[in-house]
Amino acid sequence: MDLIRSHVMVCGGTGCTSSNSAAVIAEFEKQLTAKGIDKEVKVVRTGCFGLCEAGPVCIVYPEGSFYAHVKVEDVERIVEEHLIKGRIVKDLLYKGAVKEDNTIKSLDKVDFYKKQKRVALRNCGVIDPENIDEYIAFDGYQALGKCLTEMTREDVIDVILKSGLRGRGGAGFPTGLKWKFAYNSQSEKKYVCCNADEGDPGAFMDRSVLEGDPHAVIEAMAIAGYAIGADQGYIYCRAEYPIAVKRMQIAIKQAREYGLLGKNIFGTDFSFDLDVRLGAGAFVCGEETALMTSIEGKRGEPRPRPPFPAVKGLFGQPTILNNVETYANVPQIINKGWEWFASMGTEKSKGTKVFALGGKINNTGLVEVPMGTTLREVIYDIGGGCPNGKKFKAAQTGGPSGGCIPASELDIEIDYDNLLAIGSMMGSGGMIVMDEDNCMVDIARFFLDFTVDESCGKCAPCRIGTKRMLEILERIVEGKGEDGDIEKLETLAETIKATALCGLGQTAPNPVLSTLKYYRHEYEAHIYEKRCPAGQCKALLNYKIDPDKCKGCTLCARQCPANCISGKVREPHVIDNSKCLKCGACMEKCKFGAISKG
Amino acid sequence: MSLENKEKYEALQNVIDELKNEPGALMPIMQRAQDIFGYLPEDVQNYIAKELDIPVSDIYGVATFYAQFNLEPKGKYIISVCMGTACYVKGSQLVLDKLEEVLEIPAGRTTADGLFTLNATRCLGACGLAPVIMVNDDVYGRLTPDQIPAIIEKYRR
Ligand SMILES: Cc1cc2nc3c(=O)[nH]c(=O)nc-3n(C[C@H](O)[C@H](O)[C@H](O)COP(=O)(O)O)c2cc1C
Ligand code: FES
Repeated sequence: MDLIRSHVMVCGGTGCTSSNSAAVIAEFEKQLTAKGIDKEVKVVRTGCFGLCEAGPVCIVYPEGSFYAHVKVEDVERIVEEHLIKGRIVKDLLYKGAVKEDNTIKSLDKVDFYKKQKRVALRNCGVIDPENIDEYIAFDGYQALGKCLTEMTREDVIDVILKSGLRGRGGAGFPTGLKWKFAYNSQSEKKYVCCNADEGDPGAFMDRSVLEGDPHAVIEAMAIAGYAIGADQGYIYCRAEYPIAVKRMQIAIKQAREYGLLGKNIFGTDFSFDLDVRLGAGAFVCGEETALMTSIEGKRGEPRPRPPFPAVKGLFGQPTILNNVETYANVPQIINKGWEWFASMGTEKSKGTKVFALGGKINNTGLVEVPMGTTLREVIYDIGGGCPNGKKFKAAQTGGPSGGCIPASELDIEIDYDNLLAIGSMMGSGGMIVMDEDNCMVDIARFFLDFTVDESCGKCAPCRIGTKRMLEILERIVEGKGEDGDIEKLETLAETIKATALCGLGQTAPNPVLSTLKYYRHEYEAHIYEKRCPAGQCKALLNYKIDPDKCKGCTLCARQCPANCISGKVREPHVIDNSKCLKCGACMEKCKFGAISKG
Repeated sequence: MSLENKEKYEALQNVIDELKNEPGALMPIMQRAQDIFGYLPEDVQNYIAKELDIPVSDIYGVATFYAQFNLEPKGKYIISVCMGTACYVKGSQLVLDKLEEVLEIPAGRTTADGLFTLNATRCLGACGLAPVIMVNDDVYGRLTPDQIPAIIEKYRR
């Protein structure tokens, strides 16, 4: 075997692939071959490193040099300087990895990673997800072996119960308990399902686990199958994730070849196999009963519970459904013991949580922190705060089922119960940051628009109620809000919450309720003063030229697509707001800062 | 039946033979059928119904429930504008407005020359690059509306 002296790990996650990491990988391979060092330096396409903002990213080991925004043109220098001459190319390194005195920080000291703890993401960015041997080299399938050969089914459930692991898909139901219910159900046939539908728009944790460490999910599902007595599993993945689907299919095939899926695994009488099923673009299919109806090949409408899936689920048989990230924790809990897992986190929420940090934040990307980390640490210490010196306004968690958390709650310790208490929820892990320029009424409208679009229409409160709420919100952002609208929204919200059939409808009003709770003044400004404090709602915007600052350069008048700016050369100009399209072109172009909106 | 069409139906028949006996086979068959035909014309729905011996209304019901099934042909280039939360707070609405203006069609429609279909979609999973659009498999990130005309022009040529 060739002795590899250096590894170049290039991120092949979706974010970096979109910023063209495939071309960077190809260039590395080309350069290494050209220089004749392709036998001693290995290029590995890994899963997501987390810092998508800096993509494409690559790390060169053993030094652990973290190169960011790597362009194809940069590759030759990295090969020439770093890999041949051993000199790190400092100007291409990630900025946060270079200290003020121009020395280099190790990766775990970089602000973005310092407070993180990678459990579910431990292999992402570390191994080649398309190579089962690399997973095995990092203790892969050891937990499955341990379960099958050393532990009884009851032992396995007991360890998961004691670890305190709760579902990462949203509701936070204790995983061990769910398994126990399914274990207790008597049936010839049972199923294990994985929820990889990741419907929260703006979240990509599950995608990164599937793309970066698919075998962890397979191993965990096999363990679950052993525990509850199932021999068949399904991974329900959204069709929008082609890379994840492909890697999962490769992983399943490799696991079968190694006898880690299929008949008589590890020579025991336990058999288990897996299939991937694709969603087809319906948010409600992330809900557990709808997901199972969809796997059955029907319209993905939810069904009333009880009966719960643990009793009567997929094809009418006892079934468990867990989220991707939930599964990703399982093998390590078995390997390292429940005590290890339970030592992380808060009293009622153990372990870590992965968040997809996005929106108005400097370091967008994936972040995994121990439960109990404060929101402030995530937003400022890890995320680096809002760009362009703007003021933080809100962090949205829980997607369309969640709520907005205001600046006054930044010191909250993140766990399931704390987030619920302030009107949001953990959700699957999307965390979108908004700054002073984002209108909270419009955000509420955005989410309601989403739910109206995604409501399956089976129950009236959700089908009709959310539509009425959306209509009111649309009126408000268009400047046609009326006295009493806020109260109407509140009544509708409470009714829908109490009466909708499934989680989609029951949680749909949350974005409205939470914004009403913390940003009521913005609603009131829209309704009573016909003003959008964030300056976002077009219908309520008025552009104005300050006559004292205007030099009469005519630039704005020439830019205006509606020809609504008039004035003589070297004299102050005026905007005719009745014709203005509110495109903002004038304000962008003005060199004297004379134009303002409000 | 044209030759091309005949080949497509043969491919469909193979898919049906392969999957027919699997539990819950209808959706995978429809997905593969859409890959073959580009959309799900009425004839194809009837064909699948006959082969699986189920009412065509079942197929129509599934096709209309899920956003990804198309009952009409799509343009040569499918433009997906991400309207996920991360992109939305970073101004994807303005990008969509600009595309509607440049292509002279509302979201969800196809241009008269059959070149472009404009779709508003959910998170494309590249939130780090928000706002994001995809033109078929090409991803464009960190967009501002004024970059749109040049991008469209590239595909018109
Ligand atoms: C409307 C709706 C959408 C959901 N979408 C998802 C999803 O995309 N991914 C997910 O893991 N769970 C989703 N859930 C939660 C699932 O119903 C279920 O609770 C979860 O998958 C169970 O796994 P866990 O216990 O490991 O979290 C959704 C729930 C509702 C009501
Ligand atoms: S929200 Fe647009 S890519 Fe995620």
